[in-house]
Amino acid sequence: MTAHRHGPGEPDCRAIFERLSEYLDEELPGEWCARVDAHLEDCGPCRAFLESLRRTVRWVQDSTAPPMPDDVRSAVREAFERFRSGTG
Amino acid sequence: MSHAEPDAVLLEAIRDGDPDAFDRFVEHYGDRIYGFGLKVCGEREDARDVSQETLIKAFEGLKGLREPRALRSWLYRVASNACLMKRRKGKFEPARELSLDSLMPRDPEAAAFEIPDVSRVPEGEAVRNELRRTVRRAIGELPAHYRIVLILRDMEGLSTREVAEALDVPESTVKMRLHRARLAVRKSLEARGAVDGADATEGAS
Repeated sequence: MTAHRHGPGEPDCRAIFERLSEYLDEELPGEWCARVDAHLEDCGPCRAFLESLRRTVRWVQDSTAPPMPDDVRSAVREAFERFRSGTG
Repeated sequence: MSHAEPDAVLLEAIRDGDPDAFDRFVEHYGDRIYGFGLKVCGEREDARDVSQETLIKAFEGLKGLREPRALRSWLYRVASNACLMKRRKGKFEPARELSLDSLMPRDPEAAAFEIPDVSRVPEGEAVRNELRRTVRRAIGELPAHYRIVLILRDMEGLSTREVAEALDVPESTVKMRLHRARLAVRKSLEARGAVDGADATEGAS
């Protein structure tokens, strides 16, 4: 059950909102962690928001880049040789 | 696999002037630096230039590095600077800040679109590719100093401390930028769903 109205005007929601990434990353100091835990237990919208943020992070982590193409690898090696021989 | 070569061994080879040290260095970090350049700059040509500049400059600089633990931070410091310099040579983009207020949900009760759990969307599903595109676009639209933090933390796997060292900013700044960057991407995912969420979520459940 939500014992308060969730929203930007609600000081506790706002304070928790600012720390949610640190909470996800387990980088919050102990007292803050307990405060967020207690708030989330009481506030459904903040719980839902946290879940959406957690899922967002997973989508970001899922984004990958292709490996270095062979022509780039060759260009890097050639540039290094030029640099070494003082002509780069 | 050469990827398993520990930084300490690689650093020793670089410091000792081992003749194949540069090749080993490129083998070990080439893909990561190219990928980083591509994610930050968005263009293959820029990623190529960033790779070239970073790998040579970092290799030379690493000869003076004593602490293997600092290798990744050093490498990404050089790469981040190379990316930022690339951007300066391109179109002028003033440093834009993301305000927390603009990223707060106005009416969370009315959230129209539930962001799918990536692990529940099979590879090859249209919605997966579409969400990936949305994420890439959202990351590309972030101001550069937020984008770099997000990529270093959530894609390259650096710790808050390593990012702070790489970018020469306090850890509190890294945390602030990371949170706002994630919120901005979240907002883009939600906005995408508000447009065509009903179609997109069908394949995900």
